[in-house]
Amino acid sequence: MDDTILEMRRITKTFPGVTALSDVSLAVRRGEIHAICGENGAGKSTLMKVLSGVHPTGSYDGEIVLDGKPVHFRGIRDSESQGIVIIHQELALVPHLSIAENIFLGNERRGPGGLIDWNRANAEAATLLASVGLHENPVTPVIQLGVGKQQLVEIAKALSKKVRLLILDEPTAALNDIDSAHLLDLLRRLRDQGITCILISHKLNEVTAISDSTTVIRDGRTVETLSLASGEVTQERIIRGMVGRDLDSFYPDRVSSPGEEVLRIENWSVRHPSQDRLVVDDASLDVRAGEVVGIAGLMGAGRTELAMSVFGRSYGRDVRGRLFVRGREVRAHSVAEAIEHGIAYVTEDRKRFGLNLIDDVRRNVSAAALGRLARFGWVNGNEEIKVAEQSRRDMNIKTTSVMAVVGKLSGGNQQKVVLSKWLFTNPDVLILDEPTRGIDVGAKFEIYTIVNRLVAEGKAVILISSELPELLGMCDRIYTLAAGRITGQVPVAEATQENLMDLMTKDKERVG
Amino acid sequence: MTSVKTSSPPSPPPTGKSPGVALHAGTSNLRALIMNNLRQSGIYVALVVIVGLFAVLTDGVSLSPGNITNIVLQYSYILVLAIGMVIIIIGGHIDLSVGSVVALTGAVSAVLVIQQGYPWWVGILAALAVGVAVGAWHGFWVAYAGIPAFIVTLAGMLLFRGLTLRVLDNISLSPFPADYQQVAAGFLNGLLGGDGFDAFTLLIGAIAVAGYAVSGFRTRVARVRYQQPVESFPLFVARVVLVGAVIMYFAWQLAHARGLPIVLIILAALVLVYGLLTRRTVFGRQVYAIGGNLSAAMLSGVKVRTVNFWMFVNMGFLAAVAGVIYSSRSNGAQPAAGNMFELDAIAAAFIGGAAVTGGVGTVVGAMVGGLIMAVMSNGMQLMGIDQSIQSVVKGLVLLVAVAFDVYNKRRAGSSR
Repeated sequence: MDDTILEMRRITKTFPGVTALSDVSLAVRRGEIHAICGENGAGKSTLMKVLSGVHPTGSYDGEIVLDGKPVHFRGIRDSESQGIVIIHQELALVPHLSIAENIFLGNERRGPGGLIDWNRANAEAATLLASVGLHENPVTPVIQLGVGKQQLVEIAKALSKKVRLLILDEPTAALNDIDSAHLLDLLRRLRDQGITCILISHKLNEVTAISDSTTVIRDGRTVETLSLASGEVTQERIIRGMVGRDLDSFYPDRVSSPGEEVLRIENWSVRHPSQDRLVVDDASLDVRAGEVVGIAGLMGAGRTELAMSVFGRSYGRDVRGRLFVRGREVRAHSVAEAIEHGIAYVTEDRKRFGLNLIDDVRRNVSAAALGRLARFGWVNGNEEIKVAEQSRRDMNIKTTSVMAVVGKLSGGNQQKVVLSKWLFTNPDVLILDEPTRGIDVGAKFEIYTIVNRLVAEGKAVILISSELPELLGMCDRIYTLAAGRITGQVPVAEATQENLMDLMTKDKERVG
Repeated sequence: MTSVKTSSPPSPPPTGKSPGVALHAGTSNLRALIMNNLRQSGIYVALVVIVGLFAVLTDGVSLSPGNITNIVLQYSYILVLAIGMVIIIIGGHIDLSVGSVVALTGAVSAVLVIQQGYPWWVGILAALAVGVAVGAWHGFWVAYAGIPAFIVTLAGMLLFRGLTLRVLDNISLSPFPADYQQVAAGFLNGLLGGDGFDAFTLLIGAIAVAGYAVSGFRTRVARVRYQQPVESFPLFVARVVLVGAVIMYFAWQLAHARGLPIVLIILAALVLVYGLLTRRTVFGRQVYAIGGNLSAAMLSGVKVRTVNFWMFVNMGFLAAVAGVIYSSRSNGAQPAAGNMFELDAIAAAFIGGAAVTGGVGTVVGAMVGGLIMAVMSNGMQLMGIDQSIQSVVKGLVLLVAVAFDVYNKRRAGSSR
């Protein structure tokens, strides 16, 4: 047996109603860069949360073995004391503190009397910065750095903790090409210094370029571990592992008969709300009545941003482009206006953006179209109950009563409540953003059936999904989005997971 | 243990589907009802316990007709403030300025009526106008400039206290003409006669009870028609009888004192109107939506700014109403009037079940919370307890009430 630093054996982790990980095993050799690949929602992040103690010991089944010894982490502190450091996709730096303060946060360099020795801290920080190739003064506030440099600060912070096993979750997702290249170089250098890296990435060109081996995860299960040392494993080979799933008849049949165009956007561009970059870049697309149009894209491609900016400019700034509803150019600068024009957006994050979790089913269903139930500002409570009951039956929402608090329902039923809410606005076009994320298989099928019913009624649906089989099973046409640009439009008859993934990873075409 | 058993009682009666569903439908599971409404029922229990406690400690003096009338007169303006405050808190904000606004509106009214000699109603209208203007000022900064309400109203607290001093030129004004004093000190008495008691007060009490019963029954019938779960019929009757008995006892005591206080009529009307406003109107529902999940409300097309703006305008209006009542009761305007009223109003809302994070709370709850504070203060005063101890007790009650709320929420969260 060669020198294995970490082994995770038969890890199973369930959340109420969902099995996130099922018997996942992972073995990482000392001093390698080990990539973990898989679609969004395959379970990569959950696995890393188990490893780092975010999901503490006891909340999962299985075993973690570090240097041949079983370990039980009760929290991040435990795993960090063993030299395991995770750098999350969303950076965890405090913006108004300096680089040095961030590096030593929670791990302060103390002098005599227990006071912080800032000279020592800043000096050590300078050394660490040099080792990650960042030439900045340690007293600079982090907020003044770009995302790429902030990423380097995170790594310097990890180094300060005597890291042996560094986990990076999508480190280059928010970086431009030059910063990405710098970061990958740095990872190589760290490896040469003996630091083991686990790299979670969607960018398969990066994976094949710098990893020594990769483990592919799909639907919460380990598919395979490939050695990349020989250079024989191609991106296509990895993609096959990521998507290789039988479709069977999981998606209900639908007769497609698209009618007239319902919604069209032309030359749509959106700027990031706080950073100076385009999140959506000159996108154009259209959708017809009775049609399901898919948007495929990797995390950070700008799918949600595109959808929300169309939905009453609820994301981004400096939104440019033209929006047509039923062939007529319309102005939808607020959510209320968008709803008026028959646009509905079902969010990917129902807990944060979709529901009032402390309120009941009835009031959540009516929330976006309360005006329909009101005369002179007075809500007809009985009508409201009737509407909610109707939704409960139509959508098969499993709840004891429409007076039940939404926060206590399962994910699938919550999603049906969100859908009910938007259907009650009587929309012409529904933008569904990851409508089946985090819900179980049975509820997924129900959602698909509902979508098909809506389309049969003549509504237009834009379906955003990370699951390519879902797009292939549900859509008539699929647009691919990469780095904010539409990189392709494929009729479903010609689409395969491989050619979609190829279009979705077309990063190189990005214009400066 | 292989047979399928439900937790139903040993001998469940056959469920006959009688036509009179409204009378018989519903769960008789009292325990579930109480557990589900622990937060709400908890404060009612607390109120009863506190009333009982002080009745014993004061040898019944606290429940005497004269004292009950006193409590109403003495705390009505806090309750008026609490109505506006609970709406602000449900929306996820706070208002620290209402004490200063009470002082300012009272001062404006006093200057016009006492100094300038205008009729009483001019003073009241001017006070209300000033209150609305102050509310619009706060609303502008919170809703359209995006400044947190804590800061805006902290500034307002200083600002309007200063303006009060300006308006009054640093002196107290007194007294108001008799008409003006009627607002807080007047009674409707002897309209229908009665021997040693006021029949009119009892009649109003009876009408209130009947209204409560009828509206409760109508809601229940509608719920049953829409196949919603309701409490069991005996439980419903018990509730109506209990509430009715409390109201009639209250009316009986008032009738044996000085009759029906005008300020109680004002308060009851406000509670009724705002109770409906919060539960039954689009505006009220949007307040809950904003406080419950701001992002979800925005993405549901709620015009968050507009709603926030009117929330504060309304608070300014109610602060002016309280200002009029207070100036009438104290028969003048003082530079330090209304000091710390905001804290009493905020405490009432929180004790009454409003959540610190917004989205939760009721007008009736805030009234009960306010009454808990009122009965406690009044009882301790009757007992001659030192001011310092009173303050300590009130502080602890507030802390315990909110701790209970946080504990409840954590428990609810973990069961998810």
